[in-house]
Amino acid sequence: MPTTKSLTKSKIKKLELIANEVRRDIIETLVAAGSGHSAGPLGMADIFTAFYFHILNHRPKSPHWPDRDRLILSNGHICPVQYVTMAHAGYFPKKELKTLRKLNSRLQGHPHREALDGLETTSGPLGSGLSQACGIALAARLDNQRYQTYCLTSDGEHQEGNYWEAVMFAAKERLSNLTVVVDRNYIQIDGHTETVNPLDSLKAKYEAFNWNVLEINGHDFLAIVAAIHEAKAEYQKPTVIIANTIPGKGVSYMEFDYRWHGLPPGSADVPGDPKKEDQVRIALRDLRTLEGKIISEHE
Amino acid sequence: MNTNNMLNKDLKLEKKTLASDVQKIPTRNGFGEGLLEAGKKNSDVVALCADLTESTRMHLFAKEFPERFFQIGVAEQNLATVAAGLAVNGKIPFIASYATFSPGRNWEQIRTTISYNNANVKIAGHHAGISVGPDGATHQAIEDIATTRVMANMTVIVPCDAIQAKKATLAAAAVIGPMYLRFSREKTPLITTEETPFTIGKAQVLWEEKKPEVTIFSCGALTHNALLAAQILKNQGIAVEVVNVHTIKPLDEKTILAAVKKSGAVVTVEEHQVLAGLGGAIAELLARTTPMPIEFIGMQNVFGESGDPEALLKKYHMDPESIVRSVQKVLRRK
Repeated sequence: MPTTKSLTKSKIKKLELIANEVRRDIIETLVAAGSGHSAGPLGMADIFTAFYFHILNHRPKSPHWPDRDRLILSNGHICPVQYVTMAHAGYFPKKELKTLRKLNSRLQGHPHREALDGLETTSGPLGSGLSQACGIALAARLDNQRYQTYCLTSDGEHQEGNYWEAVMFAAKERLSNLTVVVDRNYIQIDGHTETVNPLDSLKAKYEAFNWNVLEINGHDFLAIVAAIHEAKAEYQKPTVIIANTIPGKGVSYMEFDYRWHGLPPGSADVPGDPKKEDQVRIALRDLRTLEGKIISEHE
Repeated sequence: MNTNNMLNKDLKLEKKTLASDVQKIPTRNGFGEGLLEAGKKNSDVVALCADLTESTRMHLFAKEFPERFFQIGVAEQNLATVAAGLAVNGKIPFIASYATFSPGRNWEQIRTTISYNNANVKIAGHHAGISVGPDGATHQAIEDIATTRVMANMTVIVPCDAIQAKKATLAAAAVIGPMYLRFSREKTPLITTEETPFTIGKAQVLWEEKKPEVTIFSCGALTHNALLAAQILKNQGIAVEVVNVHTIKPLDEKTILAAVKKSGAVVTVEEHQVLAGLGGAIAELLARTTPMPIEFIGMQNVFGESGDPEALLKKYHMDPESIVRSVQKVLRRK
């Protein structure tokens, strides 16, 4: 596979272990917060781990380093996974995760650029992240900067008009320094995306808009990193990586279930799922039985 | 008739402003010239337009600096958000469209990605007010001062003529922070000159009296109608002052409170809904400091319609005679 940084078998194993630990901390952070989204953050734990621990050219202790790659989270509601991964990467102390959604916290319920160093944009209202990423990629071009701009989006926000305005514009401007990763998990708050307002074929849609389109298993580290390398090698078009993911991945009763889009474990009884008081225990048990065990320390 | 002597001499205003042959230039022209000059002064200034490049006078910049001009197409939500991305990486983006579309259609994008995000984007809203004329109410922005001034971090400026529009545009490029600038389509009389000072947040007493009975606060091109009204009133023996509140946010409380201390009654004048615009801002200030009678000139909770600009201003009571009547009315309430 093409690499600019080595991705050995042992590195992949290490990334998997970090991702599991990120999942556990997502659950614990959400429980402490008492509200927030579960399914999306768990489903994107592998991709965020890949970015912050392998792909990004960044300096967590110097979050304003001008040459850093830009990572823009468009669907701000999955910020628990970003906060947890950033904490693990060293942007801020892990103990601060317990302040999520609390008064005076830097960890706002939806990410705010001015609240926490290391966030590139303010997001939450859907469909506006990609166009901001376009602006950031344009600024890189104007200043002859070599950093990459990555935008992580949900599938549901492809229902926003603003999103497609940006898709058109990125292709027009040939923003080959821009790569989008779509969390294709097929769920949104009100149900299955294809029931709420169908999005398929996303691949064909992006191709029709003149993008370079890749499709991967969003839980396969080798596939994630290989796709990023392929995107970097594209010099004519922006690239979209459609990452097929499992919402709620790692927690048996949450996987593929849209009802867990916006709920933290332990907050409500969901018909057919474990009782409210058992949800947290079972979620953490499930995560511990994932491949290997969750490591408590990593460098 | 020697009434021009009430014009504030310190401000070096246009001497012919009340004459019938006064030169008329649209405020949007001042924006176009100001943006071009700002682009020459600072290479970080960039411009984005939503398919209205000539109409918004952004074509002057686009022609001179094609590499710093971005044609977004008919996509105002993208217009605001691409600009936000450029701004957080050190650029100074000016975005232009008609005010009904930007900051109208893209209000939430502006709220989240520019205002809350504190991104250094300058929003130029064009063809504001009912004087757009024949295009009709869909294209007549009469809510934009209200919808922008309610956003934290946002500065709101409505220049009174083309010369002030140019100065405001240059000033906007030189300060950091989200800003809304409002321009109109029609040619309107020059009130100021190149020598007239302009400072963001500093209101200007254009028409001075030692003992005014009423203070008229105005913004935008209607300020000229306020001056014409002041002249008519003077001939009737009623002394008023006219204050050009070109910066609606932050409001120049000091100048406004000093003015009303002398008069004790207020008329506000704006080509905008009387709700939550300039009049609203003045009323909020006076309600918490020195309550007094206020009359509001503007759109009275209705939409506009197609028509000749001057006829529209008359029909919707924004002509000099209507301002005179409001002054007489507020005097009876003192």
